Amino acid sequence: MAEEKIAVYICHCGTNIAGKVDVEEVTRWASEQPNVAVAREYKYMCSDPGQDLIKQDIAEHGITRAVVAACSPTMHEPTFRKAAGDGGLNPYLLQMANIREHCSWVTIDGDAATEKAKRILGAQIHRLPLNVPLEPIEVPVNPNVMVVGGGIAGIEAALKLAATGKKVYLVERDPSIGGHMAMFDKTFPTLDCAACILTPKMSAAGKEPNIEMLAYSEVTQVDGYVGNFKVKVRKKARYIDIDKCTGCALCTEACVVRKVPNEFDQGLSKRSAAYIPFPQAVPLRATIDPTRCLTLTGKKCKQPCVAACGPEAIDFEQKDEEIELEVGAIIMATGFQLWDPTPETRYSYGKLDNVITSLEFERISNASGPTGGHIVCKNGEPPKSVAILHCVGSRDENYQEFCSRVCCMYSLKFSHLIKEHLPETEVYECYIDMRTYGKGYEEFYKRLMNEGVHFIRGRAAEVSDVGLSSEEEGRLIVKVEDTLLGITRRLPVDMVILSSGLAPRSDAKATSQIFGFGCSSNGFYLERHPKLEPVSTITDGIFIAGCCQYPKDIPDTVAQAGAAAAGALALVDNATVKVEATIAYIDPEKCSGCHICVGLCPHTAIRYNEEKDAAEVIEAACKGCGVCVAACGSGVPQQRGYLDEQIFAEIEGALAV
Amino acid sequence: MKYLYYPGCSAEATGKAYDASSRAMMDKLGVELVELDDWNCCGATSYFSVRELDSFAIAARNLAIAQEMGDDELCVICNACYTTLAKTNRYMAEDPHVFEAVQGALGAVGRSYDGNVKVRHVVDILINDIGVEAIAERVTRRLTGLRVAPYYGCQFSRPMGSFDDVQVPTTMDRLFEAMGADVITEFDAKTDCCGGMMMLTREDAALRLCHELLVAARQYRADVIVAACPLCEMNLEGYQPRVNKAYGTDFNIPVMYFTQLAGLALGADPKQLAIDKQVVSCASVLAAIPA
Repeated sequence: MAEEKIAVYICHCGTNIAGKVDVEEVTRWASEQPNVAVAREYKYMCSDPGQDLIKQDIAEHGITRAVVAACSPTMHEPTFRKAAGDGGLNPYLLQMANIREHCSWVTIDGDAATEKAKRILGAQIHRLPLNVPLEPIEVPVNPNVMVVGGGIAGIEAALKLAATGKKVYLVERDPSIGGHMAMFDKTFPTLDCAACILTPKMSAAGKEPNIEMLAYSEVTQVDGYVGNFKVKVRKKARYIDIDKCTGCALCTEACVVRKVPNEFDQGLSKRSAAYIPFPQAVPLRATIDPTRCLTLTGKKCKQPCVAACGPEAIDFEQKDEEIELEVGAIIMATGFQLWDPTPETRYSYGKLDNVITSLEFERISNASGPTGGHIVCKNGEPPKSVAILHCVGSRDENYQEFCSRVCCMYSLKFSHLIKEHLPETEVYECYIDMRTYGKGYEEFYKRLMNEGVHFIRGRAAEVSDVGLSSEEEGRLIVKVEDTLLGITRRLPVDMVILSSGLAPRSDAKATSQIFGFGCSSNGFYLERHPKLEPVSTITDGIFIAGCCQYPKDIPDTVAQAGAAAAGALALVDNATVKVEATIAYIDPEKCSGCHICVGLCPHTAIRYNEEKDAAEVIEAACKGCGVCVAACGSGVPQQRGYLDEQIFAEIEGALAV
Repeated sequence: MKYLYYPGCSAEATGKAYDASSRAMMDKLGVELVELDDWNCCGATSYFSVRELDSFAIAARNLAIAQEMGDDELCVICNACYTTLAKTNRYMAEDPHVFEAVQGALGAVGRSYDGNVKVRHVVDILINDIGVEAIAERVTRRLTGLRVAPYYGCQFSRPMGSFDDVQVPTTMDRLFEAMGADVITEFDAKTDCCGGMMMLTREDAALRLCHELLVAARQYRADVIVAACPLCEMNLEGYQPRVNKAYGTDFNIPVMYFTQLAGLALGADPKQLAIDKQVVSCASVLAAIPA
């Protein structure tokens, strides 16, 4: 092995590293290690002057390898490898030693942290002479984009991309796009009518020639890699010929199965087995529910829907159809689900009448909802008093620890709507803290205080039906500690609205696995970086927007959708994209052709070459996960940048101090 | 089946009927209760709130004796004893400081305890060791039509919830359902506090809590409230006249130890179950279920 000249850089990261690790000592130690020509410490290596150090040393000292001891490689490895490349060194001759996340942040004792930093750094110094120059692979990019989820986030992202001339596939699981926003009556704090601002966008998405809408469809499989995804989509049978259907709704009126709980109204109204979820649906087409339709469940039916349908659009023979689409980028906008308050038994949801969720109240207050917008109890009477309980399932270690961010504001909106419809009705809001952080939000809170809403600081303890006085009898009793007055109170009310938190979709994890990225511990999709890459995922080419990432309000969702669209556009607007060089390769001379790796590869990136009787890696598809490397009985597949001898050298280096 | 049994102080005073009915009920189930030798007060909640470490030591003395008697389980009937003894185990397991201090105290009286005696509530034993099916088979006097409000109290499944749900315990519901009773499963007040020891220091506060519980029981048309704790039973039953005086009500609701009602269903003699010792007459309950 030729004489190597290694440059070592130890980053202070302000006090993130230097507050615990004695960086001067580590630098001194590093300068004494074999092959080390230069050892430096610097306050912020990722800054321009920090990066310039690397370039200067390559030019002035003839540096042949370099290691930066700083943060996680997922944070700044690309930064420093680019700097090395700019200085004339092959980028893969630079290694990162993670002495922040793996050392200073997680070690209490300073001396121990310094020792550990030496070992982490020593591992990289020891392996560097074995590094070989690598070249990234350049692959063509498919210019089309898929948006998964047709709520406000998906619609917005799709419209933005379509406006740039890109072809967009908008996949929506339900029969219509619109998502949760379509269910709302008003939006806070401006009290814009949700339908007035959403339906034009839905309609625009339906008419946009660059958007191919795949409603009532689900993604079943995703293969490929950045710039070149192959996505299988199952178009569920509507039992309606979507080209013939005019959305006249005559079949829904003719249908004899009329008592299906209407999902769009949270089950507060009934729909037919043949249905259109709501009048503004896009696409405005009927769907026949295969779980409820008499014909489709094998029962007898005279099929009045068929007789009612002028254009003969009903087709009971229709089958689910699977199509495969090729796209360069994917935007996930799969949204949230309301936290189901049933497990919080003390609030008696599902047990006592007139204890309802926030989404149920959205429908009750909506002019096109089950009560025509009249705020009434189950018996049809308007409530004389209403309690709104905040933080149901949120900020609660038993359920969801996080703040759902939108509940304070939507609760205020509810109070306003109740006061507007029923000025004589008393409204109580039981809150822990009022979190009214957005533009115009605090002002809205103040306005509601002036509208006569009673704000009680305290998380409600219980909703009971046991009245202790004539005033309480037959009503709902909310027990709450008023922490401002220092007393417990019993509020007799006629309606209790549970301001439930926003939860990740119950199948969020399964969905993220189909697409190949991760979820945070709270169950929402995990962004690549919480601050600097909030709309990217760990998988290149897949972006996230809206509440699938974390609870957020409509303005934030729309802003994020735009950011995700820009991220996707920045990728698919290029002819080619570079993919990582640290991928697997298989020496055909050594491979016995046993096929084990072919079946194990999660990215279908290995194929069997009959002529050579050997497996071979499809370079552009390989993600460098290492499964084949670990699985092969003969140890034939090797991963560039992670060769066995390189790993062993790291271990020796870590143990050699 | 045989269990080492810790009656607790109340069993020799206000809770005599709980002790007697527990023994009689278990006898009907073919279970022998062997009383712990030379047991002492568990310290209850009161001592814990003033001298925590000392109270761990006196509670652990009972567990040490159980260990000496060669048993690894101890059957307890009182909710407060149960929580106190189980809490001692937990703190000894989780906090080496508590473990050492308790060992030191026990050592001074020539005892030791290594933390391995499992504290079992009698309901836990009924449901999980004997099982409701086996119990149902032994029922000779079905509680058909009797509206039973199981009252669990604060310390039954809280804070540990080791054998029942912390918020919504249901083990007694299941027990009496198996005996044919019309159990009021929706009796949400079942874990509300009865006031406990506050009855002696802040009677007004405790009466308020008892009043709420009795209103709830009446609203749900309970024929009888069953309790699993001597203090709960005493507050809910014995203080009904004072509740009536304070709130202008006319409550006269039978309150029984759950072991008394279960014992009846299993065919034990009402005298042995000390049903005649109740403050509020249980004649209506006895009349409602054919012998």
